[in-house]
Amino acid sequence: MIYYVAAISLILIGIYAVLVKKNMIKIVLGLTLIDSGVNILLVSLGYVKDKTAPIFSNPTLTAGDMVDPVPQALVLTAIVIGVAVTALALSIVIRIYDHHKTLNINKIRELKW
Amino acid sequence: MRKAIAVLFLGFIGYYLLSTFLLVPFGVVRVLEGVGLKYLQDGLQQTGAANLVTSIVVNYRGFDTLGEVTVLFLAATGMGALLYSKRPTERARQNASVIVKTGARILFPLIIILGAYVFIHGHLTPGGGFQGGAIIASGFLLMFMSYRTYHVNHVILSRVESSAGSVFVIIGLLGLAYGSSFLANILPLGTANTLFSAGVIPLIYVAVGFKVGAELTALLDTMLQTVK
Repeated sequence: MIYYVAAISLILIGIYAVLVKKNMIKIVLGLTLIDSGVNILLVSLGYVKDKTAPIFSNPTLTAGDMVDPVPQALVLTAIVIGVAVTALALSIVIRIYDHHKTLNINKIRELKW
Repeated sequence: MRKAIAVLFLGFIGYYLLSTFLLVPFGVVRVLEGVGLKYLQDGLQQTGAANLVTSIVVNYRGFDTLGEVTVLFLAATGMGALLYSKRPTERARQNASVIVKTGARILFPLIIILGAYVFIHGHLTPGGGFQGGAIIASGFLLMFMSYRTYHVNHVILSRVESSAGSVFVIIGLLGLAYGSSFLANILPLGTANTLFSAGVIPLIYVAVGFKVGAELTALLDTMLQTVK
């Protein structure tokens, strides 16, 4: 249960950073926090008490001893996509910094509407 | 004002998320209801891979993984397009100390071997192509951080990347030609829990490992070149 609370707190901290922070790098960090929170939430949804990882490393293990492998496989995909998105976002931040010489989103006039 | 609105909004979202997820019991057997049970029971016989997460990622949802690799490739391409500059800025960072340099030189081949081990044994132990590729890229990151003049050849990296991606697609097309569907297993399964088992899964994971390693290394080098 504590895992749900921790994952949702991570998501909320991430959303707070995206909404309130002015520094673009902190906004990207907030996005990665949301990402990790969702991943922890998915993995903890697949967890079964007293069961082991879904790997037949030992001949005595049967299918009944294992946790659900589907959330883990989905999270593996999600982590890789998260890395790709973060890298792309950071490179956009680098380009904006080169152009405007600031990371503060309030000082960038083109972002105002 | 802005912070107060944000906290109010977060409280709203947090309340509803928590009250939804507290309805889902934690740690109970829920596998029996879904597709997970089928994977758990038939996965070893059908794919021959001891690691069921690998058998799902590469075999049952292999097409999904091809899409994932494509997303990673697109992100690397996008970064290259965004950060490309005609004359790369020379890194003006300080040289690392002798201890760091010597340690990096000793550790670098070991890290590469660990990464190769992780992606070759992806169907037997925790790990796989993505994890092994990330470990290899971290070895290159260590070298970039310790040696100011350490450069990688981007031509070789992009050759490795594109040929590894082509191997993935070609294995899939061979499955279409000789098997039942795209990415179908066309090789004998072998005995489970040995290195040469699980048919095409190790081959695909080795290709993914090379691809991810080359991609992340190129990405790190591109990013570090823009930092003055």
